[in-house]
This record gives sequence, C-alpha cells and structure tokens, in this order.
Amino acid sequence: MSALIEIDRLTKRFGSFVAVDDVSFSVARGEVVGFLGPNGAGKSTTMRMLAGFMAPTTGTARICGFDVVEAPVKAKRQLGFLPEGAPTYPEMTVSAFLAFTGRIRGYRGAELTRRVGRAMERTQLEGVRLQPIETLSKGFKRRVGLAQALLHEPPVLVLDEPTDGLDPNQKHEVRTLIREMAPEKAIIISTHILEEVGAVCTRAIIIARGKVVVDAPPSVLEQTGRSLEEVFRILTTGAAA
Amino acid sequence: MISVARRELAGYFATPVAYVFIVIFLVMTGALTFTLGNFFARGQADLNPFFGFVPWLFLFLVPALTMRLWAEERRLGTIELLLTLPIAQWQAVVGKFLAAWAFCGIALMLTFPLWLTVNYLGEPDNGVILAGYAGCLLVAGAYLALGAAISALTKNQVVAFVLAVAGCFIFAAAGSPVVTNFLSTNIPQLADLARAVSVADRFSGFTRGVVSARDVVFFASFIGFWLFVNNVVLDHRKAD
Repeated sequence: MSALIEIDRLTKRFGSFVAVDDVSFSVARGEVVGFLGPNGAGKSTTMRMLAGFMAPTTGTARICGFDVVEAPVKAKRQLGFLPEGAPTYPEMTVSAFLAFTGRIRGYRGAELTRRVGRAMERTQLEGVRLQPIETLSKGFKRRVGLAQALLHEPPVLVLDEPTDGLDPNQKHEVRTLIREMAPEKAIIISTHILEEVGAVCTRAIIIARGKVVVDAPPSVLEQTGRSLEEVFRILTTGAAA
Repeated sequence: MISVARRELAGYFATPVAYVFIVIFLVMTGALTFTLGNFFARGQADLNPFFGFVPWLFLFLVPALTMRLWAEERRLGTIELLLTLPIAQWQAVVGKFLAAWAFCGIALMLTFPLWLTVNYLGEPDNGVILAGYAGCLLVAGAYLALGAAISALTKNQVVAFVLAVAGCFIFAAAGSPVVTNFLSTNIPQLADLARAVSVADRFSGFTRGVVSARDVVFFASFIGFWLFVNNVVLDHRKAD
C-alpha cells in the first residue's frame, strides 16, 4: 500500500452551498502535493475534513488506511496537522505547549523530553523555548504550530499555509525542512504562493469552486508555455489569457 | 483526558482569571458569612451561613469560568488543534470540565480558615461540614456542566456568561417557595417537576449533613446530561 492519503469522493455542503464537491485524489509516500486555489475554493475545508475536524457530508478519506470518519483517533495518530493560522495557546510557553501535545500523543518522561527537544531543534525554536507564545513574532508562532505537527514524526503531514507570514529566510528554512522530510512521508501543503509549488512540490492540485480542476506535476503545468501564475488564473477564473 | 485537564488547569493559573476568581470568592464568602450570615451572633458552631451563600456566589462566579471554555478555543482557533489531536471529542469535553471542577475544588478548599475558626470557637459536627462541602462541590459541578454546554454554543464570551447565569438561576430558583407556590396554584403539574430539578433544593440536604443517594444520583445525572449536550452541540457548531 503506497497511498498514505486517500481522499474518496469527499463532499461538504453548508446549507445549499457546496464548499467541496466530489473531490478524490490520493497521495503516496514521497509525494509533496501543493494544494492551490483562490480563497474560498474549499482548500481549508478539504484539509479540515482530512484532519477529522469536520465531518464530510458524503464521501470519506483514509490516512494510512484508517478511515477518518470510522476510526478518527487511529487516523489522527498518523497525522501531523497545521491548522490555518497556526493556532496555539497564547499563555503557554513553547516547551509547555509542545509537551502538552506530546502527552496527548502518549509520550512520557525521557521520550517526551527527547521529542520536544527534537521538534524545537528542527524548527529552530530552542532560543525561545521558555517564552510564552503570545510574546513571539508571527514567524515563531507559525514554527510552533509546525513543531507540534512534526513532534510525533507522522507518516502524513497536512499543512495549511505553512509559510504564511514568514520572512524569506524563514520560508527557505521551512521549505528545506519539507524537502528533507519528503522521501518518507506523504505531504499536502496549501499555499497562495505559486513559486513555492515549483520549489517544493512534486505535484500540484488546483481546486476552484470546490472541484479539482488540475492534478499534475508543476513541470507539466509549466510546459504548456505559460507561467504557473497564468495557468492558475485561467483555470480558477475561467478567463482566457 | 488527563493531559487536557492538566493543561486547562495550568491555563487558569497562567492568567489572572484564577487569582481574581479565588480572591473574590474568598472575600465574598468571608464577608457574607460574618455579616449577613450573623456567624457570631447565631452562637452556633456550624458553617450553615457559609453554605447558604456558596450556591448563590457560584451562580455568578461559575459562569465566569465556563464562559471561556469553548468560546475562547473558538476565538483563538485552537479548537481546530485540540480536536485534531488523537483523542475522542468527549475526552476533550470531560477533560475541560474536570479541570474547571478541580479549580472550584481548590477555591472551596481555600475557605479552610472558616472551618478552623468554627473548630476553635466550638465543637461543630465535622461530618455535617464535610457533607456541606461535598454539596458545594456538586453544585459547582452542575453549574459548570451547564455553563460549558452553553459556552459551546457561542463564540461570544459575554453571551455565554449571561446565558449561563440565566440557566443556572433557573435551576437554582426552581425549588424556592416563590416559584413552587406560583406553580402549584397555576400549573400544579409543573410544581413537583420544578422541585425535582432544583439544584438548591437538592443542596439543602447536604447542609444538614444528609448525603442521600438520590441527591448524589441527581447531581451525577445532571452533570452527565449537560456534558452530553456539550458534546452534541460541539459536533454541530464546532466549525462556526
């Protein structure tokens, strides 16, 4: 079984509004999928259903073979999820926050300390480990969210806008980190930054009005002679360039 | 579940909420017991004046604790983090409730100088006092469970507070003579029901030192019911 993420006809309706419309795709180990689309296209909703936060109206998704609707806790164990905006508890210190998520994931004692240390090291947070999160800059907060998603070294990572609000150096570091982890994991990242797709992704999925409109490697999209930006605009607005 | 409760409890003490709550609670219980409660003039070595005021103080103070339980998680977006960690949703619900309950327990324990005073001045029945404390804790639990369920309904903390005070007040006042007299003359069918669900009525047994199984079962099911409601509400409203 090579597909670690399988999304199977996932649909979400809010009243009469269809936010995600019959989306299916799967992601294998070693793939980094760039999940693109205009605001409101259904990116975050898809990711929230995949992470087990929202129940799909119909369809389902599987993470490492565990159905997110039928076996949510098992599916969540295999998943590192960075929610949109990287929410964290502002009054906690960085290390207390990471220890909290580690304890929920069942780590104790020396193992917990080791994992918290490792996660902080990978996201360059050691310097601020005892600072309350509310005192940190946006870039640090984002990295705390990322550290939380990496702590248990999950086979599947779902990152909603992991580089939003980071400066160019920090973006570079996060991308390097994602590339390093890529071979052993299945990763989905959503982003607005198209150059990022070319930089880290092996595959781009563009979603518009809840439907998948493109699923291809970024190199193929660029071969059409247009820049990724043009392709994105044409596909998501229906405008001819 | 324990991890959630631990984090929550530490969260109270990391913010001024805990200290404000405890100080106000201690000052008010102390002041009310010695002034309105005529602690000295009664000439009896018991804590009944104290126990008489605690449920009414909790009526306002407990909603102040519960208003932020879910409303705050929603506002910060951390609800998305908490509910995508590998725990079942009910574990998060119970964990949060337990932390708030433990916090109320700490506040109650800090009223121990009253207990010392009464033991110094006379020879009270400490069994009765213990039962009274247990009753206070159960009342706090009942209000907390109700308030937490209401907090899950809204993102707005003020709305959560006002609704929780109103909700707690209904259950506190349901057994009072004003309400039961009104009901028995107008809608007699409801009078018994009102007395049966009255938190204050159930509590009065504890202050006399009577811990009856029926009252304990009442509080346990009251708490269980509202935690269940909390879980259901969260299922439907968590993403709003």
